[in-house]
Amino acid sequence: MEHIRTPKVEQVRLLDRFSNKSASGTLHLTATHLIFVESNADAAQEIWILHHHIGSVEKLSLTTSGCPLVIQCRNFRVVHFVVQRERDCHDIYSSLLRLLRPVSYEELYAFSYNPKQNEQQREEGWQLIDLGAEFERMGVPCDQWQLTDVNRNYKICETYPRDLYVPITASKPIIVGSSKFRSKGRFPVLTYFYQEKKAAVCRCSQPLSGFSARCLEDESMLQAISKANHNSRFVYVMDTRPKLNAMANRAAGKGYENEDNYSNIRFQFVGIENIHVMRTSLQKLLEVVGTRSLSVNDYLLGLESSGWLRHVKAVLDAAIFLTKAVTVEGASVLVHCSDGWDRTAQVCSLGALLMDPYYRTINGFMVLIEKDWISFGHKFADRCDQLDGDPKEVSPVFTQFLECVWQLTEQFPQAFEFNEWLLLQIHEHVHSCQYGNFLANNQRQREELQLKDRTHSLWAFLLSEGQNYLNPAFCHTYAETHPVLEPSTLPCHLKFWRNMYHQFDRSMHPRQSVLKNVLTLKESNRQLEDTIMKLEAVSTLLTTEAWHQPPHPRPPEEAKKCCSDTERTVEGSSGSERKESYGDLQGTYGAKVEPAVVSLEFGVARMTC
Amino acid sequence: MEFAELIKTPRVDGVVLRRPFLPTVEGTLCLTGHHLILSSRQDNTEELWLLHANIDAIEKRFVGSLGTIIVKCKDLRVIQLDIPGMEECLNIASSIEVLSTLDSVSLMYPLFYRPMFQVIEDGWKSFLPEDAFKDLESMTEEWRLSDVNKDYSVCSSYPPLVAVPKDVDDDTLRKAAAFRHGGRFPVLSYYHKKNGMVMMRSGQPLTGTNGRRCKEDEKLINATLRAGKRGYIIDTRTVSVAQQAKARGGGFESEANYPQWRRIHKAIERSSILQESLIKLVEACNDQSHSMDRWLSKLEASNWQTHVKEILTTACLAAQCIDREGASVLVHGTEGTDSTLQVTSLAQIILDPACRTIQGFQALVEREWLQAGHPFQQRCSQSAYSNSKPRCEAPVFLLFLDCVWQILRQFPCSFQFSQHFLVLLFEHTYASQFGTFMGNSASERSKLNLSQKTVSLWSWVNRPQEVERLSNPLYEANCLVIWPSVAPQSLLLWEGVFLRWKRSSRCLDEAYDEMVHIIQYNKELQNKVNNLRRQLAQLETEEPLLQTP
Repeated sequence: MEHIRTPKVEQVRLLDRFSNKSASGTLHLTATHLIFVESNADAAQEIWILHHHIGSVEKLSLTTSGCPLVIQCRNFRVVHFVVQRERDCHDIYSSLLRLLRPVSYEELYAFSYNPKQNEQQREEGWQLIDLGAEFERMGVPCDQWQLTDVNRNYKICETYPRDLYVPITASKPIIVGSSKFRSKGRFPVLTYFYQEKKAAVCRCSQPLSGFSARCLEDESMLQAISKANHNSRFVYVMDTRPKLNAMANRAAGKGYENEDNYSNIRFQFVGIENIHVMRTSLQKLLEVVGTRSLSVNDYLLGLESSGWLRHVKAVLDAAIFLTKAVTVEGASVLVHCSDGWDRTAQVCSLGALLMDPYYRTINGFMVLIEKDWISFGHKFADRCDQLDGDPKEVSPVFTQFLECVWQLTEQFPQAFEFNEWLLLQIHEHVHSCQYGNFLANNQRQREELQLKDRTHSLWAFLLSEGQNYLNPAFCHTYAETHPVLEPSTLPCHLKFWRNMYHQFDRSMHPRQSVLKNVLTLKESNRQLEDTIMKLEAVSTLLTTEAWHQPPHPRPPEEAKKCCSDTERTVEGSSGSERKESYGDLQGTYGAKVEPAVVSLEFGVARMTC
Repeated sequence: MEFAELIKTPRVDGVVLRRPFLPTVEGTLCLTGHHLILSSRQDNTEELWLLHANIDAIEKRFVGSLGTIIVKCKDLRVIQLDIPGMEECLNIASSIEVLSTLDSVSLMYPLFYRPMFQVIEDGWKSFLPEDAFKDLESMTEEWRLSDVNKDYSVCSSYPPLVAVPKDVDDDTLRKAAAFRHGGRFPVLSYYHKKNGMVMMRSGQPLTGTNGRRCKEDEKLINATLRAGKRGYIIDTRTVSVAQQAKARGGGFESEANYPQWRRIHKAIERSSILQESLIKLVEACNDQSHSMDRWLSKLEASNWQTHVKEILTTACLAAQCIDREGASVLVHGTEGTDSTLQVTSLAQIILDPACRTIQGFQALVEREWLQAGHPFQQRCSQSAYSNSKPRCEAPVFLLFLDCVWQILRQFPCSFQFSQHFLVLLFEHTYASQFGTFMGNSASERSKLNLSQKTVSLWSWVNRPQEVERLSNPLYEANCLVIWPSVAPQSLLLWEGVFLRWKRSSRCLDEAYDEMVHIIQYNKELQNKVNNLRRQLAQLETEEPLLQTP
């Protein structure tokens, strides 16, 4: 709280990003949020912005109407305030500057966030996902793959998890030797096992091969991976980088596998660009789509020149290549990039999503993220800029993964148990630092921070409101008929993800949501089925026992209102979603319950009577 | 009959048919006067019945004596026929070429087609101007139905009956007509019940370079204004295009002569440019290359989405003038048969909930397109694959449908119909067994006596099973004005038409069916609950009887 100079500024105007509309209200600054409350009592909107979500604050030069303050958030919200007095504006500005640059993990919201949960519930939340059980589900350990304890103390590789799975024939010296030959010690380990063909998806970092170095242990390691699969005589090695980048790495003593040294590999570049290119690309894209009165041509040209969709396509193409190699050829595949925690995570997790229907369920998807991203050390803290760090380390790699998943959900509307809102909500919380799951860069750091004892798990929260994230079109038998998804990556089938990048620009979205409507109906169906059961029970009771029991039971009361509950409202026809508590606005915001972070209401209609 | 001489080879065996998403079929190819038919003579395989009129272009290829004809259809589908025998292939190809480009109206299929279904309601009589006027009369007395054009002499592209201000006599109309392009004097297009404001449409005024004026025209449109109120003239052309039109005798309303009107220029393109845009768009969609940049730049270069945005924006502007500004509006471009109709019809979709129903949308198409004289036959004689130099072809109506689809996407619960209806209309404007879209105006249709000689598309549509198929399960009547977003990010490429043959829609269809199922199940459950309640109530009342031994 010591950083807050002015907790409240009145008569602040909020300008709409794309139109000339504005709203006036009061700005509150709390220890965790910046809150704007519109003063118009009829259609009062509230905007809650978590400090961690703020990517940048900019104070523009003074105008006649006041001092403009532009805030860009990591969830792609952009707000433009005009504060009447420059001093107030400056106070807010400098407070925010300090607040959005936490220097230690302890300052993050997750350590103070306290939902109404008891200790037991909190602990249970952390036990929801068990990666050991996940490997068992895949059929590992088995006669070819085993759990190794070499990294029990993070001695071999501090960015890997403790539990790792390797071929039976990979002895400890081979592992140690191989890890020394791999960037950051990230030696080849199992991440997914395709039981049907006993084919493995393994991941690692680039070899320290330079121009000519070789490592017998590393070669044996790949040999062991190959031998563990009797279906294929070779292993695909997918280097997810563009060839040029990989070659440039050789000068720094890194590089890629030389096919001559590895007896049974097939080496393949797939050409996904690095984190810097991705960062710039998304920045360009956001610049383009943030332009006011954008023309269609500038939009399309901007979409093209940003290259974003091209990168999305490259990632998807790589995942498809991986999937085909495993499911069609039955070959094992080793995936790497430079350090094996960005592109490798994308390709391995998307490949698994295409191959295994389990990952297309809500639980499975959480397991997938936990496995390929969290436990294998995708550097969330660095990539999402959780602490004041190196801006060059920041990159939307995980966002891009979520977008790839979204593209798949668009192509296969029946294949996924979850809907788009789950992806948006996960994205929101990767940046919110409200839950412990994504804090820090790897498991070792997370253990040091004792996150499981001190913070809450996002997965528990998401599951608690799981009905919001259900895809009503999900077909349970789809997994049997389409175990492996074969998406199209023809350019015309990849779309701009408006609901992500314009999540908060309500004027751009459809004014009525099919998804929301159908979800409501589905919920209503469930209630009606309930009611019918109860009514039928009463009815049987009445007919069979009427002779003996004159005072018959009443039909259940709650059943009566069910029918009227199912009426659907035209969205936006009422603006009263969250009006209840404006009475106590004078007080502090500390005690107030924070609204669900992603507002699931895309469609505030512009419909007029 | 005369077709026989055009068909040199009526039958070829062993022809292989390849179509998008369907298994390859081998069978016998037959040519008839109006159809290309492929039958495998097996019960379980689907046959091909393709109207010659649906064929936009063909390509021939030969490998040895095996010929291949690539048939490109106006609905944008591309199919391939492998025909053994070079001579047969050449004969078939030349017959198709001739049969698909027959100019003579009297040979068109709708004149030969006999319905295999029972006509419940004759579509030719479903949407008569007299009936539409009755609705208007119930709302206002300021308008009358004039038969000044009863023999099509005042305006050849107008219907015999038009709605005009009550205080304006037929003589004034005749004079105003002489001052408007194609005789298209200002007539009522839409009456906004909420505030009594109106939308009118016309052709451009023939001011020419020396600024001719016409008192009667001024009187006519001023008669639609309330005392002291101003109106808006929306010219769908840019200022410079409108200026240039003066040199050819056209022009626009000057401030001096129309002081009560404010003129706004928009930039909807002329029809020839739209045709080019369609060709480029379809080419981009058919590009098989895997380059994202190439796709996006081709999509951009086609300008299609720009046209969609421009038309929607103009329609929103017209609707805004009427509903928000409380002003009356006159819309025109050059002829008043293309961009004008796009704007007036879309504005009605935005403003008038009735136009969002299945019947109401048909009435809108009938009123604002067919009766209003959009030259369907000229505009839709060729589609995106045609090699011949476009004469009058233009996807004006398709763009309108695309815009409706965009609004439908944004308000998915406010339309009684689904996109199937829009796709159906697209198909039937280009090739059809029905007479509805034949001819270029009411006068041409009446001369051809189409209402007697052909079946109306509306007769087919308005049968219960078809209505059911075209219905939107999510529909809930919404009496509000619906304002679409026209940001480029909100406008999508209409996959249902342009990518329809690129990728099987099976996944999407199944998901859609699942949604329909959920909605229907909901209704069933509601009924069941109500029935059970009723039964229970009955049991309760019957009970005393049961208790008496």
